[in-house]
Amino acid sequence: MGLGEGALFVRPDADGFREYIREHKPHSPVDKRMSEHEAVRRFVRPGDYVATDLYGMVRAPMSLVREVIRQGPADLSLAGQGGMDIDLLVASGLVRRIDSVYIGHEVFGLSNAYRRLAASGKVQITEWTNAAITWRFKAAAMGIPFIPSRTMLGTDTFRKSAAKSGPCPFSGQELCFLPALAVDVGLIHVHRCDRYGNAQIDGTGGLGFELSRASKKLILSTEMIVPESAIRKAPERTVIPHYLVDAVVEARYGSHPGEMCYEYAMDRPRVLEYLKAMETEEGGNAYLKKYVRGVGSHEEYLELVGGQKQMRRLERTCRGR
Amino acid sequence: MARKAAYSGTELLICLVARLMENRKMAFIGTGVPMLAAALAKKHHAPGLMAVFEFGGTDPALDALPLNVGAQQTFQRGISAVGLAEVMEAAQRGFLEYGFLGAAQIDPYGNLNTTVIGDHARPKVRLAGSGGGCDIGALCWKTITLVPNHKPQKFVRKLDFMTTAGYLDGPGARERAGLPRGSGPYRVVSNLAVMDYDGETRRMRLHSLNPGVTAEQVQESTGFELAVPDKVGHNAPPDAEELRILRKEVDPHRFYI
Repeated sequence: MGLGEGALFVRPDADGFREYIREHKPHSPVDKRMSEHEAVRRFVRPGDYVATDLYGMVRAPMSLVREVIRQGPADLSLAGQGGMDIDLLVASGLVRRIDSVYIGHEVFGLSNAYRRLAASGKVQITEWTNAAITWRFKAAAMGIPFIPSRTMLGTDTFRKSAAKSGPCPFSGQELCFLPALAVDVGLIHVHRCDRYGNAQIDGTGGLGFELSRASKKLILSTEMIVPESAIRKAPERTVIPHYLVDAVVEARYGSHPGEMCYEYAMDRPRVLEYLKAMETEEGGNAYLKKYVRGVGSHEEYLELVGGQKQMRRLERTCRGR
Repeated sequence: MARKAAYSGTELLICLVARLMENRKMAFIGTGVPMLAAALAKKHHAPGLMAVFEFGGTDPALDALPLNVGAQQTFQRGISAVGLAEVMEAAQRGFLEYGFLGAAQIDPYGNLNTTVIGDHARPKVRLAGSGGGCDIGALCWKTITLVPNHKPQKFVRKLDFMTTAGYLDGPGARERAGLPRGSGPYRVVSNLAVMDYDGETRRMRLHSLNPGVTAEQVQESTGFELAVPDKVGHNAPPDAEELRILRKEVDPHRFYI
């Protein structure tokens, strides 16, 4: 059997996850609307493992990530799959362990915050891939301790992961076994949901389907709260049913400065300002101070970046369907 | 210096990649050159080519350029946008013919590094990591690596870190590792030439030269010995029709080209 030598930050525990769900998950609908402050205070603890959806500068839970950094729970583990959302957490100094998948900005370049943190040696890094992290969530979502796959085999990515490899018990085919990953906290930004957390997403689901089912505590932020009747009129549109959800935070423009498909476009000058600031540690700290720690709430943040006028402009820039 | 070419280096790269894509196949597409190449191929010779983006966007109109692989343009007027697992599982089942990759380093067997320069524990430069690269290298039938700046620091004898599997250490190695039978590196497209792989040794070899480039130049720019067959092909420059589609239809605002 092949063994990845990377650290396994969360040991698969299918029975433990079942018991947690039975004990703690809201099985019947309750009104979960609350402020971002209350949601993060109640559900994000020091030492927690945090994961986000979607990716890069698209439908990322930016307002929740900023609130996490404001409250500052230390010693976090992180599913390192993303752009600015993950980058901000990396820059915040709160993260000690990363299941590293992709931390960067695609056409905008590498993450300087991640580069500095990795070079400092102050973080434990285990390598995975896009498919691997999603399937690890999927295994947790299925209630099983691992899932076999055909990715990562033969590479250093495997060697520095915490996966194992071995033969299929039926066919003898060599496989990569991915350990289930049930995270403490999932943060997902959606287009709309009702007060209970029944959520709809427009555009690609990213890895929200899997992550929502692999989260012990799931905080949703939403562009809009809709009546329950709107959900019941189109139940097939519900990607995340309420029983998965622990908190519902209304956050219009919650993905800013990233985009929200069909709603508003990426705020490019703000993204460039961010990337420029992150080139140095001092710049990064100044950014965090001004746009994250220095504001009291998402609403204050929106005022700081141009308020309704600017948000309307981003809505106009966004192409419709 | 030769006379000024009637096309840019990026335009040549896009055309070379587009010519590799056959009709009625599915291709894993990243932002930038692969997307432009897919759009060109669709309008030029492969109307049935299906572009698939890592975060689920499938067969979009490709009439606007996404800045990342989950953006609205990756599924705008497409046929589906389910999510990451959907398209990765399609690749694992064998649907994805082509996969496009980039890298900080590539070795003679087409293995790629996008994770670290230097030591993994205390890297000189931490790169973004695999993302979907390692998955694409494992699960697509044919992977095509793009290198817009062919130089010895990119084409190295030994990688600092093998993020993505090429032919690993030679013939049969992918199959022994458990990677899907019949899959693997297909071409490397650079600003100097197109490379393929020797069927016996699985080592990279020169396939065809870009206009005005010599085999010696390619070898000098490669940090390991490149196999050179008796007959080396020559890549035709972009023709008028390719350039017209590219400039008028694919990227009329010239964001990339």
